[in-house]
Amino acid sequence: MIWVNQIVQGILLGGYYALIACGLSFMFGVMRIINLAHGDLAVLAAFLVWSIVGYTGMSPFLALAIVLPVMGGLGWLMQRVMLERSLRAGMLVPLLTTFGLGIVIQNLLFAYYGADTRSLAPAIGDLAFDSWSLGSQIYISHLAGLIFLVAVLLLGGLQLLLARTPLGRAIRATAEDPDTAELVGINSRAVYAAAAAIAVMTVAVGGTFLGMRATFGPYAGPTQLIFAFEAVVIGGLGSMWGTLFGGIVLGVAQNIGAQIAPNGFLIAGHAVFLLVLGVRLASGSAIARGRIRALLGRSP
Amino acid sequence: MSLLSVERLDVRHGQLQAVRSISFEVQEGETLALVGANGAGKTTLLRAIAGAHRPAGGRILLDGADVTEVPAYRRVAQGIALVPEGRRLFPGMTVEENLLVARANGRPGPWTIDRVLEAFPMLRARFKAKAGNLSGGEQQATAIGRALVTNPRILLLDEVSLGLAPIAVERVYQCLETLISGGATILLVEQDLGRALRVATRVACMLEGSVVLEGPAAALTREQVTEAYFGLKRGTEQSQPA
Repeated sequence: MIWVNQIVQGILLGGYYALIACGLSFMFGVMRIINLAHGDLAVLAAFLVWSIVGYTGMSPFLALAIVLPVMGGLGWLMQRVMLERSLRAGMLVPLLTTFGLGIVIQNLLFAYYGADTRSLAPAIGDLAFDSWSLGSQIYISHLAGLIFLVAVLLLGGLQLLLARTPLGRAIRATAEDPDTAELVGINSRAVYAAAAAIAVMTVAVGGTFLGMRATFGPYAGPTQLIFAFEAVVIGGLGSMWGTLFGGIVLGVAQNIGAQIAPNGFLIAGHAVFLLVLGVRLASGSAIARGRIRALLGRSP
Repeated sequence: MSLLSVERLDVRHGQLQAVRSISFEVQEGETLALVGANGAGKTTLLRAIAGAHRPAGGRILLDGADVTEVPAYRRVAQGIALVPEGRRLFPGMTVEENLLVARANGRPGPWTIDRVLEAFPMLRARFKAKAGNLSGGEQQATAIGRALVTNPRILLLDEVSLGLAPIAVERVYQCLETLISGGATILLVEQDLGRALRVATRVACMLEGSVVLEGPAAALTREQVTEAYFGLKRGTEQSQPA
């Protein structure tokens, strides 16, 4: 029974990883940018929500509704001012600029909020600790269930947006061939900026739930980035359902690892990640194509 | 007034001047074929007209309006559509999506996705297939359809027969001839001189970035064009400037 419980908890944890990874996955799929400031943007959103909740006493969910457009605007600005320029210099330069942006965000947060760790848990009342019981040994936390549901809805929504809407088609066309997209009437700069705005808005959702389920401080971003990155790579970069799957694989691996040995939590997660990456490396086609993208498992 | 006029257009690739002070006009309903050897600047000229390449000098006018500084995506809405060399479909998207994505940004007009399927019946069976999995001929039909659904006032076609099986070329050209007889305005780049002379109203021959010979297709002989094509008599015989 304890194993079943670990797997169930792992799946729920995977929903959280998928939620955090969703924006990273979307941004890579569209813009070929691996956003290393991703975790720090999530923490920034968590701090913004925390501030609004602190000043007004409103529910964090309402505060998130205020923070969403702010983060969307930030994503748009980030694309126009920073990423657009660095993308012109090749795929590696955005890695450097987003890495730099991450450091700037961390230290601005530190300068403004100090080193204290915060949490949104006190602001959500019973939701922070209530649970449903399945049988006598398995308990499912309301919050974890909610996070899983939000992850499924958000990833499914993005998948639907990409597959079914004019904006989604324009985003995919731009992702495949920006030059040709312009030739069929797509303003690829605007599409990129819209995609960045959407991606950073999903980061805000992830950051808020990070604040509800745990604590966060100014330097908490990179840890979030690592788990998000692993979930995305396991699931295949650029695929939304793949990211959900990757998050679940990571969460289950970590929980099973922890059950086997007390310090197995992180090791098992990283091991699965390396294993998936190794299999992709060894599967030849990736090497033949000689592309980092292929290594990371994005289907052409 | 001519539908498209190009005035003293210069286009550069860095140090290389690919198009040298070219001027010409295309009238409504006419088909102008650009011929010339590889590297003559035909593709660059077409891409500059479509807005994919910023010219270094000169002007491009569409129905009298200066579009030289207009970005490519807005030229589509104004009625310029390019079928690029190598087709350049979005390979991960279906035929339907390739057409839909262009339809969303074009001009309103008679060309709808249904009409494209009527004109290219071979696409019907492949409508939901990924464009990357189509044969060359099917891809070319999709690429032309993708340009047509934007209802262009002038259609720019770059090497539509390149890399296609002879039978596929034949089919594509049958469709083009239907378009041309329907009154479409077309600027066509074609390596196959025979075909170019057959479908075009006028022919312009480019050599090293300049137009060295231009005239009505009916009045030009194969030999005249071939000479201009290879630059055989350059310097000894004055070519007709545009």
